[in-house]
Amino acid sequence: MTNEALQNLISSWIPDPIAIELEFTEEKSQFLNITVQPEQLHQLMTQLKSNPDTNFDYLFCLTGMDWGKELGVVYHLESTTHRHQIVVKVKTEDRENPTLDTVCKIWYTAEFHEREVFDFFGIKFNNHPNLKRLFLTEEWDGFPLRKDYVDEINMVIK
Amino acid sequence: MDTTITNNFKSEEYQINMGPQHPATHGVLRLLLTIDGEIIKRVEPDLGYIHRSIEKMCERDSYQQIVHLTDRMDYLSSHINNEAVCLTVENALQLEIPERVKVIRTIIAELTRIASHTLWWGVMGMDVGALTTYFYGFRDREMINDIFEETCGARLTMNYNIPGGLMFDIHPNFVKRTKEFIAHFKTKLPEYDLLLSNNIIFRKRMEGIGILTKEDAISFGASGPVGRASGYSCDVRKHHSYSAYDKVTFNEILKTEGDTYARYQVRILEMWESLSIIEQLIDNIPEGEFFAKTNTVIKLPEGEYYQKVETARGELGVYIVSTGTKNPYRMKFRSPGFSNLSLLNHIAVGGKIGDLVATMATLDLVIPDIDR
Repeated sequence: MTNEALQNLISSWIPDPIAIELEFTEEKSQFLNITVQPEQLHQLMTQLKSNPDTNFDYLFCLTGMDWGKELGVVYHLESTTHRHQIVVKVKTEDRENPTLDTVCKIWYTAEFHEREVFDFFGIKFNNHPNLKRLFLTEEWDGFPLRKDYVDEINMVIK
Repeated sequence: MDTTITNNFKSEEYQINMGPQHPATHGVLRLLLTIDGEIIKRVEPDLGYIHRSIEKMCERDSYQQIVHLTDRMDYLSSHINNEAVCLTVENALQLEIPERVKVIRTIIAELTRIASHTLWWGVMGMDVGALTTYFYGFRDREMINDIFEETCGARLTMNYNIPGGLMFDIHPNFVKRTKEFIAHFKTKLPEYDLLLSNNIIFRKRMEGIGILTKEDAISFGASGPVGRASGYSCDVRKHHSYSAYDKVTFNEILKTEGDTYARYQVRILEMWESLSIIEQLIDNIPEGEFFAKTNTVIKLPEGEYYQKVETARGELGVYIVSTGTKNPYRMKFRSPGFSNLSLLNHIAVGGKIGDLVATMATLDLVIPDIDR
């Protein structure tokens, strides 16, 4: 399916366009990008996977992001039957207690990737079966991949 | 009498450590096993023993410097890791890469794949108790390492790629020695089958354990030989062709069993395909420059770039978010080993500890690739 057809299809799933904020862009990226509100994330992801026309069954990359003001996650999805790709982004402005819904029931691989994001960005995932630090020790202070993280001893700043 | 014995020996679960210094984990990986007798109830990997935070280091380094860090992820696919970063940067800059560069990169990538698979074959035999394979595998890999040493100047972390092309041109002996290797390896690969693949003891040990279905393989993000052994067509070289892979014909090896032996077979057959790819290219290396000119300071235009390549272990993804400066704003490596490890618990539960060792051997984990 082409990016344009994908965009039209996903827009058609939303009964009330005002209630759900979706933003499509193709600028500055080779993929079609969708930005979705945290509340709509789980529903949209379930639909992207289960709808036979989209059938995004392969989550090939899950990236934690710190955009400066917002924290969030970028999901790269591919369909192994249709071979089309899409990028879904979700952002939250809450830096104190950022919380998103887990997608690890939809794609099993997300369980590990979300733990990595929790480890480095401190984003919590609702309903995650085993949310704890993956690489760092439990007593580690702070979340190293955040842009405002400071470690004067171990970090070399140029 | 029977009942007394059963009552006296109650079944109970307990936990033991496998690693971080266990010979079968091939690196500092610790598995926390919950077992009942010898039956595995749960496998929980404990990571981070060799975590260097390469993604954070990338945010302060220039794009030329980043290439060198990627060697240290999956050190057995170091050339392909370098290539992934270079391709991302080149695509972002929309650089025209000389055909010569593409062909040389592809040949060396396939040699890297063979070198990685021979090492895997050697240590996998060792894991299941066949020490001879270790020496056979290393004997053949040594020839490839010598070719690399002559052309790239290093045997393992080659750093032969730079954004825009190659560090220097190939050595005059490169073509000759590569052909010698192909002729040599074609006589040795059947020996691998004689020694191990058709060995009845080995097959009894490998068949029917660690079964991964196609649906689970996709859901767990399995890639490389692990995915293909479950019938999941996931070869990046076929589906998202890069470098010179569109100029050659090769088969994607698919097996449907999904067990440990299928993963073993996929890798053995892949070595034949890699040989065929090299043979098609080695006499047809185009003349010309071995690099395209880039600025000394590389600044990527603002935007997001993603490139995937097929390493010896599966799909490596490089995701760069650039704000237009000389460093990436965010750099993410989607490493194949990380996703392949995440399915270990799923396929090992219900088996025995000996089966876990065999299963892990065919997942072909490289721990620095997982920890990054």
